[in-house]
Amino acid sequence: MRLKLLTKALAVAAVAMPLTTAVADAAELTIPGTIYRTGPYAPNGIPWANGIADYYAMLNERDGGIEGTKINYVECETAYNTKQGVECYENTKGVGSGALVYQPMSTGITYQLIPKATEDKIPVFSMGYGRTSAANGKVFPYVFNMPATYWDQASVFVKYAGEKEGGMDKLKGKKIALVYHNSAYGKEPIRTLEELSKKHGFDLMLLAVDHPGQEQKATWLQIRRERPDWVFMWGWGVMNQVAIKEASSIRYPMDHFIGVWWSGSENDVTPAGEDAHGYLSATFHASGDNFRAHDDIKKFVYDKGKGHGDRDRIGEVLYNRGVVAAMWTSEAIRNAMRIHNTKTPTSEQVRDGFESLNVDAKRLAVLGLEGFTYPIQVTCENHTGPGKVALQQWDAKKGEWSLVTDFYSSDRDVIDKLIADDSMAYAKENNITPRTCN
Amino acid sequence: MFYREAGQFKTSYKADQAIFTITQDKFFVGAFLIIAFGVVPFFIDDYWANAILIHVLVYALAGLGLNILTGYCGQVSLGTGGFMAVGAYASYKLTTSFPELNFIIVLLLSGGVTACVGMFFGLPSLRIKGFYLAVATLAAQFFLVWLFNKVGWFFNYSPTGMIVSPPREVFGFLITGPEASPAVRYLFCLSVVTVFALAAKNIVRGRIGRSWMAIRDMDIAAELIGIRPLEAKLSAFAVSSFYVGVAGALYFNVWLGTAEPTEAFDIFQSFFVLFIVIIGGLGSILGSFLGAAFMVLVPITLKTIMVDGMGFAVGAAKHVEVMLLGSLIIFFLIVEPHGLARLWQILKEKLRRWPFPY
Repeated sequence: MRLKLLTKALAVAAVAMPLTTAVADAAELTIPGTIYRTGPYAPNGIPWANGIADYYAMLNERDGGIEGTKINYVECETAYNTKQGVECYENTKGVGSGALVYQPMSTGITYQLIPKATEDKIPVFSMGYGRTSAANGKVFPYVFNMPATYWDQASVFVKYAGEKEGGMDKLKGKKIALVYHNSAYGKEPIRTLEELSKKHGFDLMLLAVDHPGQEQKATWLQIRRERPDWVFMWGWGVMNQVAIKEASSIRYPMDHFIGVWWSGSENDVTPAGEDAHGYLSATFHASGDNFRAHDDIKKFVYDKGKGHGDRDRIGEVLYNRGVVAAMWTSEAIRNAMRIHNTKTPTSEQVRDGFESLNVDAKRLAVLGLEGFTYPIQVTCENHTGPGKVALQQWDAKKGEWSLVTDFYSSDRDVIDKLIADDSMAYAKENNITPRTCN
Repeated sequence: MFYREAGQFKTSYKADQAIFTITQDKFFVGAFLIIAFGVVPFFIDDYWANAILIHVLVYALAGLGLNILTGYCGQVSLGTGGFMAVGAYASYKLTTSFPELNFIIVLLLSGGVTACVGMFFGLPSLRIKGFYLAVATLAAQFFLVWLFNKVGWFFNYSPTGMIVSPPREVFGFLITGPEASPAVRYLFCLSVVTVFALAAKNIVRGRIGRSWMAIRDMDIAAELIGIRPLEAKLSAFAVSSFYVGVAGALYFNVWLGTAEPTEAFDIFQSFFVLFIVIIGGLGSILGSFLGAAFMVLVPITLKTIMVDGMGFAVGAAKHVEVMLLGSLIIFFLIVEPHGLARLWQILKEKLRRWPFPY
């Protein structure tokens, strides 16, 4: 019996071995994905990871990769854990001819990778998360966090609140509560909100929720007692659903409750049912699957049975976030190929591709993503790009998100100064001389 | 046939007191150290250093620390994660406040700070025992992590509360920061762990170690033969926390480079080190190393076999890996409740009688 099992296992290994090694031979573009389909944040990690994987698979099936070079997308499971992220990074960075770009998909792993990847000359694309001050391309040449940062969002939320109150001067004396994930990620907006509370004269209430965020009774009891005029939330994973449920149980008005873009997916609002109606969250792309790129994903990937997730979940908010991340990444690689006139760019060339990335409305239309997101342009000094944020609202009856505002710009006076301060402090601590851009 | 000590006579007290009394053991450990110090550094790359060797070494040191407290002195502690955080934050504050201070001194001072904190949280051990003490140390775990997350002074008021280890040199070689070469960082960790393991081995064989073991085996009897519980228990807490603090400083500075208190030093960290000690073997120096190797290497090996070898999807592989690791832990504990160190001892006995067992 034992022998049988052993031979079986060996046979499986023997069959599988050549399959995995054969793939690495042809010229290809290695893009690792440090994803999480397990662990406490899996419900949000899965659609995100599927969106990325499906978009690359679609490019491979439809166009034979990027400009004819196949994409080798290598997934590595991190379970949203920094230590496993270290293993994944070291394990995948040498795959094939070397990893071209990393999307860490977690604030902790981003912080971890910033110095390492910079040393290894591999760009890190932390799309709208990670270290906000990495926007300063002079100090962080290898880190890109377009299209907007947490600080942009904090500022836009305050702007929106001011607009609804009838002018920024009406914010004086109002009370805004921040319910945040008690980690580096959740703490990101605090300094910006503090600055803005000084500027506009509102009171800021800080309410931390510990990982993973299932226990929030005390937090919402406090909100019920103090009745803040607005509640902002920086949550992730199960924390979002619990917060929205708790908010509805204390009858907090949903249209005064705004979540960051990691707190605004279908997973977060559906558990609260009808009560979640009117909940707001930030976004930088549309939801839904009525785009040509999505049709292509269905046609070239799902019809061939190569899809990574469920067909009917294509077009969810986090799925589309994966699509937009993969789109910008592939456009950056395409840009690198164009600048350096090669079919097999190195990671350093891909970095150049990111730094001069310009995806305008025309290009989006060509990609089949017309109106999916706003045009972005990255420069040497500014690795964030436009920094625009829109708000979307949940319609519980129809079961869909819809954009309710235009794309706002943030309060640059406050944020640019904060970015300069924080990035220069990092440069000083780590003996980095900021490079010059011209 | 192997490991036969027949014909090896001890003719002096010195020989009788040696750490390794059998020639084969001496040879084995010597060869191991020669390979670890002399051969591995020439072949090491980023993957082996960061994902495997430094990872194992740091946890082995933390395991040594907890083994002193739990294995030798019998005081259960669930505060290891918190004490590692003390070591990490002490080293961060010291090295950012005094950049010219030699990193070895920083390491020792952070161990010292942790020893003081550990002694403070060890005070209740004089009145409470067993599970109740575990709960008291659990309080230390949560309090310390909360403190480092809350008070801005500890993380130099960085906006996210994350700490980043600045580049530091020892004898002209960079050992922290991204530019440090994997071989240098590995050698540094290996040297620290070797020195500390040697020290631990000698402490536990001496008067202090014997008083710890007397307390562990029966505290009233130990008191009757003249051992002061206060002294013995607090010294165990101090030495153990010193080790754990140094491990925490290495963990943050040399291995990870950045840390966030709620994730890097959470309660699972404490459990992880406790598992290392239990699986490796309570009251065994070798056990700390075997346990650390088991807990770090088994998941990575399983993952590599399943994902790279058998082509599993990464998510599915992770689920299977968690289940397999759990079953393996249970399997090893059923086969040998005293841990891997005891398994090695049994193997030695068997080798000695092979091929004619009786």
